[in-house]
Amino acid sequence: MGEAMAVTQAQSADIRKIHPLTIRWTHWINVFAMLLMVASGWRIYNAAPLFAFKFPRELTIGGWLGGALQWHFAAMWLLVVNGAVYVVYGLWTRHFRSNFLPLTPQLLWRDCKMAIRGKISHQPGVYNAVQRAAYLGVIGLLLVLVASGLAIWKPVEFQVMAALMGGYEGVRLLEFLAMVMTLVFVTVHVVMVILVPRTLRSMLGGRMASDANEGGLK
Amino acid sequence: MSDLKGVKLDRKLVAPSREIVSLERRLFLNKGLSLGALTMLTGCDVTDADSVQKVLWSMSRWNDAVQAAIFDPDKLAPTYPESAITQPFPFNAFYSESAAPRLDASTYRLEVGGLVREKSSWTLDQLYALPQSSQITRHICVEGWSAIGKWTGASFKTFLQHVGADLSAKYVGFKCADNYYTSIDMPTALHPQTQMTFKFADQILPVRYGFPLKLRIPTKLGFKNPKHIVAIFVTNENPGGYWEDQGYNWFSGS
Repeated sequence: MGEAMAVTQAQSADIRKIHPLTIRWTHWINVFAMLLMVASGWRIYNAAPLFAFKFPRELTIGGWLGGALQWHFAAMWLLVVNGAVYVVYGLWTRHFRSNFLPLTPQLLWRDCKMAIRGKISHQPGVYNAVQRAAYLGVIGLLLVLVASGLAIWKPVEFQVMAALMGGYEGVRLLEFLAMVMTLVFVTVHVVMVILVPRTLRSMLGGRMASDANEGGLK
Repeated sequence: MSDLKGVKLDRKLVAPSREIVSLERRLFLNKGLSLGALTMLTGCDVTDADSVQKVLWSMSRWNDAVQAAIFDPDKLAPTYPESAITQPFPFNAFYSESAAPRLDASTYRLEVGGLVREKSSWTLDQLYALPQSSQITRHICVEGWSAIGKWTGASFKTFLQHVGADLSAKYVGFKCADNYYTSIDMPTALHPQTQMTFKFADQILPVRYGFPLKLRIPTKLGFKNPKHIVAIFVTNENPGGYWEDQGYNWFSGS
């Protein structure tokens, strides 16, 4: 706060707080929880693979099926509680509404075309329609992962939900596909951060310089 | 249809993985938890295996409590038509099929003990005289695969009432002829679909599926469905289980 007050009016316009504290914390806790869920989930998958391949042991945690299951069913609480904090915060403070909306097919199409031509603007703190769709999409994917995971964990107690998602074997497939799509998002997301590294600083410290002021902050 | 396809694929891959599981378990027990991959990925030091293990076991106990709270004693596991039955139904145990114990029907006795009014031993003929019913339900393995089968036998609740079991006790434990052991919570023991199984697919239970007595619990994972049962006891001390003591979640309800 003191730092923010010390800067002049002109500078404070450039050095803006992009991500609120709650968003930054929930983001990084989510990264950790997702790492645990994926690494243990791959080990669980390996015990009875849905397809004709297994994940490399080195990329999994738990050591054996029982260990991986312990990790998976411990980390799920972190993922769900942290995700719940994020969603409640996002709705309560209108963070979702002000950052992810409006999002129309027209806007998305326009920004998609611009992104493909490499002309999309990456304005700090303002998401273009492609980003809005991607971030809303991954929230949706995580909800599908949690719902399908619960249905596999408790296919009798949550049998209505399991039936809606294709029955026990159908849900296994759904959870796998949602995991793959989530990792596609993560890959693109990380590539974008590598291309625009200052976005990483904003998620770490909450601040980000505009393009013009980039040098001054180093 | 998709079920059958999935199981066919799974079984091919399940057989070799069983050996790997036991090998992994030994490595796991000998060397503790290897977390190299995680440490590299996150940069966090989570190599303190002892404290990590304590947290994981506590979370598993917490998940026992959550599952007990979620458990609805009246909610039935889905049942299926005969056409949905998986054929052939997979064999599964911690040993190979040829190592399954062969009990003699004429000398077999089921010991019933613990917190029951009538500590007794039952012959097969006495057990077969109990009123029986059939169910076609899905067996879900802790490994993830599932298979649908038809089981016939007596209501376990009726049996427990018959021997005067203390139905307010917490656990029912099982000892098996193959040295397997497991235990379940009393609410699950009293669930209407929990069955003392004598038949599989309308035939006397074959050796590979647990002759002469198996407990079929469609609200639990497969490893909580003991086979070749020789003793049943009611207790307030959690008897644990063969896999449960190694790290599988104790409640493991579906």
